[in-house]
Amino acid sequence: MIHSLCYSNIFILLRAQFKIGDYPAMNIALFFIVLILSFALFLVPKILKHSTALFVLAAGILITTGWSFEVLLGRSGELRLETVVPLIGKTVTLVVDSLSAFFILVVNITLLVGLIYASGYLKPYYQSKNALRFSIHYFSYLWLYFSMVLVLITRDGLSFLIVWEIMALSSFMLVIFDAEDTSIMKTGISYLIQMHVGMFFLMFAFLILEHETGEMSFDALGGYFRDHSNLLLFILFFIGFGIKAGFIPLHTWLPQAHPAAPSHVSGVMSGVMIKMGIYGIMRVLLFVSHDLMQIGILILIVSLVSGLLGVMMAIVQHDLKRLLAYHSIENIGIIGIGIGLGVIGLATGNNALSILGFSGGLLHVLNHSLFKSLLFFSAGSVYTSIHTRNIEKMGGLMKRMPYTSVLFLIGSLAICGLPPFNGFISEYIIYLGMFRDLPVTGMHQSILVLGSIVGLSLIGGLAVFCFTKAFGIAFLGEPRSQHSSSAVEVGKVMIFPQLFSVALIILIGVASPWFVRPVFEIVSSGFGIEGMSGVAESTIPGLSKISLISGVFIMLVLALSLYRQFHLKSVKVSRGPTWGCGYTAPDPKQQYTSTSFAYNYNHLAKPVIGTKKMMPEIMEEEIFPEERSFSSASDDVFQKVIIDKPAFLVSSLLKKIAVMQTGKVQHYILYAFIFMLIVLLLTWLNII
Amino acid sequence: MAGLIMILISAMFFPGMILRTKSIASGRKGPGIFQPLRDAGVLVRKGSVFSTTTGLITQIAPVISLASVICAALVVPFGHQEALIHFEGDFIFFAYILALGRFFMIIAALDTGSAFEGMGASREAFFSMLIEPAFFILMATFSMFTGLVSFSDIFSHFFITGNHYVLIFSIIGFYLFIQTALIENSRLPVDDPKTHLELTMIHEVMILDYSGLDKALIHITTWLKFAVYGSLMYNVIVPAGWNIFLQIGLFIAVQALFAIIVGFLESFRARNKMNKNPKFILTISAIALIAFAVILILNLNLNP
Repeated sequence: MIHSLCYSNIFILLRAQFKIGDYPAMNIALFFIVLILSFALFLVPKILKHSTALFVLAAGILITTGWSFEVLLGRSGELRLETVVPLIGKTVTLVVDSLSAFFILVVNITLLVGLIYASGYLKPYYQSKNALRFSIHYFSYLWLYFSMVLVLITRDGLSFLIVWEIMALSSFMLVIFDAEDTSIMKTGISYLIQMHVGMFFLMFAFLILEHETGEMSFDALGGYFRDHSNLLLFILFFIGFGIKAGFIPLHTWLPQAHPAAPSHVSGVMSGVMIKMGIYGIMRVLLFVSHDLMQIGILILIVSLVSGLLGVMMAIVQHDLKRLLAYHSIENIGIIGIGIGLGVIGLATGNNALSILGFSGGLLHVLNHSLFKSLLFFSAGSVYTSIHTRNIEKMGGLMKRMPYTSVLFLIGSLAICGLPPFNGFISEYIIYLGMFRDLPVTGMHQSILVLGSIVGLSLIGGLAVFCFTKAFGIAFLGEPRSQHSSSAVEVGKVMIFPQLFSVALIILIGVASPWFVRPVFEIVSSGFGIEGMSGVAESTIPGLSKISLISGVFIMLVLALSLYRQFHLKSVKVSRGPTWGCGYTAPDPKQQYTSTSFAYNYNHLAKPVIGTKKMMPEIMEEEIFPEERSFSSASDDVFQKVIIDKPAFLVSSLLKKIAVMQTGKVQHYILYAFIFMLIVLLLTWLNII
Repeated sequence: MAGLIMILISAMFFPGMILRTKSIASGRKGPGIFQPLRDAGVLVRKGSVFSTTTGLITQIAPVISLASVICAALVVPFGHQEALIHFEGDFIFFAYILALGRFFMIIAALDTGSAFEGMGASREAFFSMLIEPAFFILMATFSMFTGLVSFSDIFSHFFITGNHYVLIFSIIGFYLFIQTALIENSRLPVDDPKTHLELTMIHEVMILDYSGLDKALIHITTWLKFAVYGSLMYNVIVPAGWNIFLQIGLFIAVQALFAIIVGFLESFRARNKMNKNPKFILTISAIALIAFAVILILNLNLNP
């Protein structure tokens, strides 16, 4: 029965339903009409802005989903949409291949859920912000969507850089929604600058490409990589895309921008926007032909470091959204481990490792977009309700916000990679690739693979540590402050869209063969790897067994719970205070805090996370110690070394030059005079 | 199927065996072998008291924890008898489903809002995170040794690979499974289940607020977990091809040996200082790494 399940996968079902003919020209025209429709946001009254945005987004999603299914179900494997860009008059070919189609679907799901959620999240701001602000916000949201879709289907280098830039700008506008707060504005600008550093790397890479091949397009990469050294150009692309994806040490914008942005925006940025970096890396990898081993090792090591350090730094955060932001880095690391293994598989000709590695990474892109946006949305619900993001001030929310708590719990379980949720499936596929590779490979590669296995298992363990802390401290126990004791559940409009994510999370977890087989197909057709059917034959039965055993697990839980309920009716059940070891005046402040939960861990991980304690020492002569405070903080070492220090050096240098800026007109005339004298002198000496 | 039944049966005797060993070692007459079962029966008949702080999580955690261990037991084979459900990479599922149960027990401890239970939760989360790599390195060693990637396949081919060094891996595997089981079940030397002070407990302090049926379920979960690990130990030490009756006998012997080892450890060994535990646990991973290095070099010599 299980075997028949996996063969009747969802795509075959859909193949019968959709009969889409050739309509590229009409199609792209429709998409441009949707782009233009987005300007209508500025015309409609404030109360209609959300529905207008939703309408435009839905139209866009309908069209692009059509493209995706056309590609994924059709035989051709690729959809070419030729169009003339208005104003410039240049012809641009938009290409939807299976890789783009997959990412388009991922983008569509999260953006739709995010926008529905936003209507509830933005309600408190309705009075304080004027109509224009709302127009700009929704407009940026729509254009973030359009730019992401365009990033996925643009092949021409210059056009790609333009849409990439629109993506950065629109997300910047979204981050600074609450710009009255100067710290948010500052964070936004820091985000914008870091995005442009990445942009320069991409530009540089494309310019090298144009200089060598005369063509500035992804399609020219194949030619370039055939004749030139691959590693250098790949590294340029990797840095450019890696800043967007958030690989350590290129991640410094993530932990700042995510907490600053409104929650639906953080969910979208963390769920899908950073995946555009992953898309870019995969797009370039499609063409790489030499130096595969070095590139694979590079990606693998950077990803392992990102995964481990990301989760290690997440554990010590007190800001719930900052914690989630560091977890995005961790998950990008997991995706990267899959991709790195895939490239190593390509290098050694191990097709099974390639397919499993790339597929695990790609599936994790989808999975992460689901559970991470869910986590950000439910964290946003908490913020809406209690107006703080500090975990230490939460507690007892499970009773006050039951739905949000359960949603956050499901997100936590999924992100830890626990069965029967979707995170497990992608991690399982990556693990399986590694374990299958171990017996058939040489010594160096075994050591690499073992390192990845250890890394991935440690990441899993650390994630459990982190999310038991985040969920346990924030949602369970007694309220730790006034904020959380007065919490109330958020409205249905915020809960409902999250249920959609939950449904997909559980569906992928318990019916994985339906989703894994199409991903195998995308990878093998995209990268042109042989032997897909063999890998599918050997992997899908395992996934069906996982579905089976997940079913057994769920049935067991239900049966045991029913028995338990039945049993509790027959015995005496009473309620009393928590056991206090004889102490009868417990106080919520005596509960374990997030800092104390992580104390053991802090001790061990000190060299990496650099936690600092701030408290005045008690002196020996101080017989009656006065009231004193204690606080601990940990900062991001990379932030310090890569961003803060160089920025400080530059600004101190510029300050020295600023001595000349006196503000007196006489001095400026003197500078002009000196300048003219120098020019005269140099001309006289025939130097210029 | 046979494996599951054997696990269920041996789980019933396991805690009694430990108890008997401890009684004999300390020169007491002590309770009979079925005492823990009777205690569980008493707990089931008793009523329950729930803390007013707790909610849904406390109610479902014991059930999920028990279900997760049963599901983990489903993938463990018994000699040539394949596990009820076996597939490639089932040991990954094994590790992660156990982690799911642990996740719920940890948050259930935090659900009570007690400082003691928070302490236990933190330690449990920390130590079980540290032991995770050891298990995966060991499984990597086994799958490299046999060229296979599922419990059932690995153990049924373990002794017929033609590799002469099989005993080394068998013994290392046995040792590492014991250590992992001790840490997973919070026994000596990492944690002392019989300690009287909340401050020094790990597992026991997490379940302070459980009573009645729920507490019985938690105890049963622990016994099952022991039996599951005992079954893994049996699989690495006894060749799969032997006569079935001999196998059943040996299975019981291995489980008894495991229980006696645990009993002796708890009779004669002191608990580690709490801050020494991380080092102790990481040492186990290091031993697993040595095993991996050995198989790597062996493989290199066999097929250069």
